Amino acid sequence: MRKKGYFGAFGGQYVPELLMPALGELETAFEESKKDASFKAQLDAYYRDYSGRPTSLYYAENLSRYAGGARLYFKREDLNHTGSHKLNNCLGQALLARRMGKTRIIAETGAGQHGVATATVCALFRMRCRVYMGKTDMQRQALNVFRMQVMGAQVVPVTSGSQTLKDAINEAMRDWIANVKSSHYIIGSVVGPHPFPTIVRSFQSIIGREAREQFRDRQLQQPDAIVACVGGGSNAIGIFYPFLDTAVKLYGVEAGGYGEEISEHAASISRGEIGVFHGKKSYFLQDSEGQIAPAHSISAGLDYPGVGPEHAFLKASNRASYVTASDEEAIDAVKIMARYEGIIPALESAHAVAFALKLAAELPADKSILVNLSGRGDKDVNTLMQTEKEPEHDAVTEKVVGS
Amino acid sequence: MTRLQKKLSDHKSLIVFITAGDPDMETTLQIMKNMAEEKVDCIELGMPFSDPIADGAVIQRSTSRALKQNIRLEDIFGLASRFRQQYDTPVVLMGYLNPILHMESERFILRAKAAGVDGLVIADLPFEEGEEMETLCKKHDMALIYLLAPELSTQRTAAIVKASTGFIYCIAQYGTTGSESRSPASLQSVVESIRLYTDKPVMVGFGVSSEEKARQICEYADGVVIGSWLIRELERATDKPACARDFVRNLKKAMSIQV
Repeated sequence: MRKKGYFGAFGGQYVPELLMPALGELETAFEESKKDASFKAQLDAYYRDYSGRPTSLYYAENLSRYAGGARLYFKREDLNHTGSHKLNNCLGQALLARRMGKTRIIAETGAGQHGVATATVCALFRMRCRVYMGKTDMQRQALNVFRMQVMGAQVVPVTSGSQTLKDAINEAMRDWIANVKSSHYIIGSVVGPHPFPTIVRSFQSIIGREAREQFRDRQLQQPDAIVACVGGGSNAIGIFYPFLDTAVKLYGVEAGGYGEEISEHAASISRGEIGVFHGKKSYFLQDSEGQIAPAHSISAGLDYPGVGPEHAFLKASNRASYVTASDEEAIDAVKIMARYEGIIPALESAHAVAFALKLAAELPADKSILVNLSGRGDKDVNTLMQTEKEPEHDAVTEKVVGS
Repeated sequence: MTRLQKKLSDHKSLIVFITAGDPDMETTLQIMKNMAEEKVDCIELGMPFSDPIADGAVIQRSTSRALKQNIRLEDIFGLASRFRQQYDTPVVLMGYLNPILHMESERFILRAKAAGVDGLVIADLPFEEGEEMETLCKKHDMALIYLLAPELSTQRTAAIVKASTGFIYCIAQYGTTGSESRSPASLQSVVESIRLYTDKPVMVGFGVSSEEKARQICEYADGVVIGSWLIRELERATDKPACARDFVRNLKKAMSIQV
């Protein structure tokens, strides 16, 4: 057997030959770092002192009442430095890059959250940084573009294809192919060839580990269900993984967009087919000729036509369920959460909130649901303001919350 | 010995890449015929893919033009068949894995075989993932050509050249197809180190963009693979088949001059 890096039938290393040596080098560095206590200590220190971890576990009392069923708990990844879970991975990978002696970092970004987190660690560790971002995404996430630039990153607009996350990954991979000796590619999700899905999972698992401890320390019963949004799937794997050996139900929420036809959504697991793309075997949106189809989601971070191979495996093995929330449901969820909790979630995370509200309503009050609030919504206010102009998205009816 | 191996032996060979369907299928067929008339040694026919991550800007543009024609794999087999009715020049298909898997690999190989295709180059199928494809290609007598990085040989190189059939495709430099580069001085030692492990013809491609470069490489390699260079010329030409004919004629002539 030559293959490695599989989760069941999914994963692998489907990349151009020129990247194979770098993947080997990365795997070695990662394996060595796991055995190195000082690496872990260093990473933990940055998590604590720089990022502000552990992030809190918050019981959303108002929202639970609003839903009228199970108790809703939120893992507040939005409180991380830079405003999302993305920094967990970037800190880890930047330390790995330094360990490998790389002086230049490449990244792709969709919503800009991973780009911002990468620009952040590059400023921190004094490394050159180039971020590829679809031109369409640069327009809808102008604030994040500026944040990256102010930290010294070079943001390169990608004008090929659909000008979104998929195309940004293409460009980042091309850059890496050409500069593989000097550069490390910090991929932002549990996608790409082995060892990336495993590395990113390992750095994001801090989310689920902390949550498990927080439930235990507060003498709460462990949650009955965990809900997280899934684009590539890094925040979802991060919170799922430490609970895989428990009986908790896992729900990944994909972007349902505005319709079920191809190009109207980004629900790769729910509505895609098995294939090979961006280094891995997994589920992808594709046409009858095996061409990768453009994805659509109101949230730039979920706007990807594929999904991490471990999610494909969790789906195939029935360990996790994958559902969808539409653009409209996500927008409504932002408004509800803002109104009832004073928290504006990222549009990505709002997909998880939307499903969690439905799920909570179906469950009795003695059950609890843990939702990964993967990022904050400041970056999305322009998108939200635009939707305000359309009357059908307008009103969230105020519901009386009894006390 | 297969048609492909026979054609690439005993002289410095020229393999030319073009994208099927750029700008349309009839033009592609005319280009192929004209190149065959000029005794090109092998035609590498690109199967356009939505996300060609190993390709530089020129082939990306070419791919987009072809995709606008809604080229299907069956159209490409049709093109290869029509060419094969008149010419014996070997044809290898180059593309990405997903469309092949989508058709199912064995069906794809059988259809390609029936169309007179001699081999496959799959840009995102490294040796590590190639076992199933190797078995199927072997079963149906289709060459499977792996790419090799410009690194001095290792145990892994030895395994790759052993598994590679038809020829050895050595990449000239780190970069996507068509990237500009200084001629790597170490390329010669790379090619020489590959030869320690194989008698198969060693062809060099990626960024071969001038007659001089091609001639230099042919001093130690068995030939060159040209892609972006010709496609850039074709983009500018009004009579594309004539442009391809002159290109192959001139380059073959230049490559045959002993330095």
